[in-house]
Amino acid sequence: MALTEKDVRYVAALAHLELTAEEVRKFLPQLDSILDYVQKMNELDTSHVEPMAQVVTSASENPALRPDVSRKALTPEQATANAPESAAGYFKVPRVIDRER
Amino acid sequence: MDLTNLTIPEIRSALTSRRASAEEIVRAHLVKIEERDREIHAYLTLSPERALAKAREIDHLVASGAPLPPLAGVPIAIKDVILTRGVRTTCASRILDNYIPPYDATAVERLEAAGACLLGKTNCDEFAMGSSTENSGYGPTRNPHDLERVPGGSSGGSAAAVAARLATAALGSDTGGSIRQPAAFCETVGMMGTYGRVSRYGLVAFASSLDHIGPFARTVRDVALVLRTIAGRDPNDSTSADIPVPDYVAALDESVRGLRIGVPGEYFAGLNAEIADNLQKGIDLLARLGCQIKSVRLPHTEYAIACYYIIATAEASSNLARYDGVRYGVRSTGYRDLREMYEKTRNRGFGAEVKRRIMLGTHVLSSGYYDAYYLKAQKVRTLLARDFVQAFEEVDAVVTPTSPIPPFKIGERIDDPLQMYLTDIYTVTADLAGVPGISVPCGRTRSLPHLPVGMQLLGKHFDEASLLCIAHAFEQAGGFAAGS
Repeated sequence: MALTEKDVRYVAALAHLELTAEEVRKFLPQLDSILDYVQKMNELDTSHVEPMAQVVTSASENPALRPDVSRKALTPEQATANAPESAAGYFKVPRVIDRER
Repeated sequence: MDLTNLTIPEIRSALTSRRASAEEIVRAHLVKIEERDREIHAYLTLSPERALAKAREIDHLVASGAPLPPLAGVPIAIKDVILTRGVRTTCASRILDNYIPPYDATAVERLEAAGACLLGKTNCDEFAMGSSTENSGYGPTRNPHDLERVPGGSSGGSAAAVAARLATAALGSDTGGSIRQPAAFCETVGMMGTYGRVSRYGLVAFASSLDHIGPFARTVRDVALVLRTIAGRDPNDSTSADIPVPDYVAALDESVRGLRIGVPGEYFAGLNAEIADNLQKGIDLLARLGCQIKSVRLPHTEYAIACYYIIATAEASSNLARYDGVRYGVRSTGYRDLREMYEKTRNRGFGAEVKRRIMLGTHVLSSGYYDAYYLKAQKVRTLLARDFVQAFEEVDAVVTPTSPIPPFKIGERIDDPLQMYLTDIYTVTADLAGVPGISVPCGRTRSLPHLPVGMQLLGKHFDEASLLCIAHAFEQAGGFAAGS
């Protein structure tokens, strides 16, 4: 399966990356050769193998659960201190919803 | 006495005997950084006030005769993907050029609570994606042993800082070999504990099911001292394991006699002759120390790189979606709407390798490709993890080369991403299986310019102690001491 420039642009749009024409030309053969290489996995019959999403070690029993009590957290000012634009503890972004024209 | 050359126990004895103060030790490092780091470029940001404040605190303890914490006065460097409250943390990415974390990573907090003095933040491949530190948005780090060559990656700055005596110990992160490979290239010791052994709280996520924090130092004992401090359950990381941390330092002096060490043929087939030669000498030494050397099989090894670069990039494409110019980092200008703001911010902020991996990860997760790539890779991961379970029924540890090649020249491999990925062949397997690994110096290549070679030991889940014990015996017996 060979990638096309159209595929590269489609994936870039999914990833919110505005690639230049030069980047598309550069990435195309590189991504293609990597995808070609990983086909190697198809030599293995995995039809009866369970997928592994995470390393689960027997001793970590329910580590995610803790009492549902409130804890100290960052203040809105601290949480927005690194934002390119913020005001009154909120993040500022460009208009998202268009007014009717 | 050269204060930058001391090990952690030597620092302790210098402090308690009043031969040096913690402030003098920290200042000696800052002077050395001033002298040498212009050419090595191990550091991205220095935090001298923070290091000196902690040093003075330690000196007060010494003066008052109070007991000293275990890492009192130890100058440390932190990879710039690990958060440090109030100290700029860039992940070596232009997209986070101005990011000042509001909190410390748990590992950093524990090191400072144990008396360590934080000198600064080290260079790395952008978001830890790379094997040479050439992908940094701030220029490469150079290998202190040969400035023409890479220090390895992605934690190249941490490895180079420790090797060049610009820090006594350092933290790095390992997702596919990013601690062990630079440790080998810079002739230091580097260790990745079992997945979940060290809290990831405050480690900027690259591939969450593979990411680890771990130590670099110039001796195995120092690595054990740092690991003992940072390991253990942290309520802020739900994947951190609730398993007691053994005394890794006490484990160093256990006997290695009778330990069974496996040599997997898959890791030696077609290996660079000089590295194979050093490894053979290393294995012979382990045998002379009384270890029982056995051949083992890890039959799915050849599929590891394919599996790794699907899973790691898929997770990365999701984790890096958060860099969109809204909550932190640099927002691009000249956009007309929200979508353009995202796209311009991300395209200008990320370097080529990060974009390539986001593209690859997005593609393998996209509709119509998920089963063929991502699901397939997760199944292959099961097979790779099983390989280790089976091998560890027969042996206590496995010995392999850390890298298939010695440190290469800056620029030599950067234009061929697949060739760069293939250099991770011996390290990605441990991340995928979640088993611990350590790289220790194993001599130099015979031919000029005599480059460092690393030997990797992999162990059972939560059996870091055996790896440290074997590595320590090897280091003590081998004359393969780190540094130059």
